[in-house]
Amino acid sequence: MSGIAVVDYRAGNLTSVVKALHFLGAEPEVTSDPDVVSRASKVVLPGVGHFAATKFLDERGLSEAIRSRAKEGVPFLGICVGLQWMFEGSTEAPSVAGAGFLEGQCERFETIEKVPHVGWNSLEVRSDSRLMKGVASGDFVYFTHSYRASLHHDTVAVTDYGGPFTAAVEAGNLMGVQFHPEKSGKTGLTVLKNFLDL
Amino acid sequence: MLTKRIIACLDVKDGRVVKGIQFVDLIDAGDPAALAVAHAEAGADEIVLLDITATHEERGTLIETVKRASRGLFVPFTVGGGIRTLDDASAVFDGGADKISVNSAAVARPELIDEIGRCFGAQAVIVAIDGRRSSSGTGDASDPVRDAEVFIGGGRNPTGRRVIDWAREAEDRGAGELLLTSMDSDGTRNGFDCELTAAVSEAVAIPVIASGGAGNAGHFVEVFGRGKADAALAASIFHFGISSARELKVELASRGIPMRLPC
Repeated sequence: MSGIAVVDYRAGNLTSVVKALHFLGAEPEVTSDPDVVSRASKVVLPGVGHFAATKFLDERGLSEAIRSRAKEGVPFLGICVGLQWMFEGSTEAPSVAGAGFLEGQCERFETIEKVPHVGWNSLEVRSDSRLMKGVASGDFVYFTHSYRASLHHDTVAVTDYGGPFTAAVEAGNLMGVQFHPEKSGKTGLTVLKNFLDL
Repeated sequence: MLTKRIIACLDVKDGRVVKGIQFVDLIDAGDPAALAVAHAEAGADEIVLLDITATHEERGTLIETVKRASRGLFVPFTVGGGIRTLDDASAVFDGGADKISVNSAAVARPELIDEIGRCFGAQAVIVAIDGRRSSSGTGDASDPVRDAEVFIGGGRNPTGRRVIDWAREAEDRGAGELLLTSMDSDGTRNGFDCELTAAVSEAVAIPVIASGGAGNAGHFVEVFGRGKADAALAASIFHFGISSARELKVELASRGIPMRLPC
């Protein structure tokens, strides 16, 4: 078994995520190779930008590799678009399917506030979450996104921006965060550390 | 609640901080990497590093600085100055920046915004606009704020373009945020240009970062309220009695501005 696979699907810049994992003592491997994912002990799917970029995961056989690895119980963490990919899809790119780990579609914010939602916003945390252990309600994390998942029964952290949405989900070994833990100071590092410690 | 952001800005030349915020207890107070980390630890919500280095050779120094700074930085980190091509942007992202800021080069070739946005996502592109209120025309039709003009080349060269028009085009091309510097206010310590900031903020749906003119905490209260800014850049204010972003944020929070605290 190899280590932590950080899946590179040409969706922006992975440097910050990798750097944060290094800082916490991990040795992540950035990869677009399904075989590496299939051997990984943990899988991280970062992502900034457009949901359509996740099409690359299907084209390269990465979707299948991630799905089957996740089914084997390996911890999976989706970040930002990576969280959105865990659902059935997003109205941002209706022709591209998500992983379908969780039911529902991600949709654009419908609010009188500015979109994208950029900046530090607070969390309401569910206490039984392993991912959010040590994070308190009222703690702040950094977001930058225009699409979001509505509340789900696996939602473990909620943020309000013109209405509540899913800031973090956890369904067994399947986890996701809409915020950027790699850019969210100590709170974000706590979340990443929790994932590494699983 | 989404908070207003206080962004610490460092101007760097030849690898040294030339303007911005000094920390007396740092061993090397001119080292941008050390200062960036110090500001994050002192409560800044983001760090912006603007490189005003002139020559190509010295760009290598910048990338090294970005790498060193980003290693210990876990808040959003923006790098600007001299980014003219997608390759320039890529090098800075590879070094560990989360966002880049483009100014003159985007005015000269607006497609640069689209190109970087397509590759790295709109959230990674900040378009910096240096604007000055219009003084031409005295007729009733003239509005010095709405007709404010874009300047490039560090504020030296007028472009004939209206700030509001350029802000809208930048948004349409996929900019994630705008960094608006008022040339009328910059360096005055008399407060931000709230009218210009509000005019731009109302013209676009993306966040607007206000810059130029901060002299005290009250100026931040004004620009977040009347100025409708989503974030504000703090540079020299820390020379004048406010010791850190944390102290500024505590003061602003006590005056009703939503802030990330504790930080």
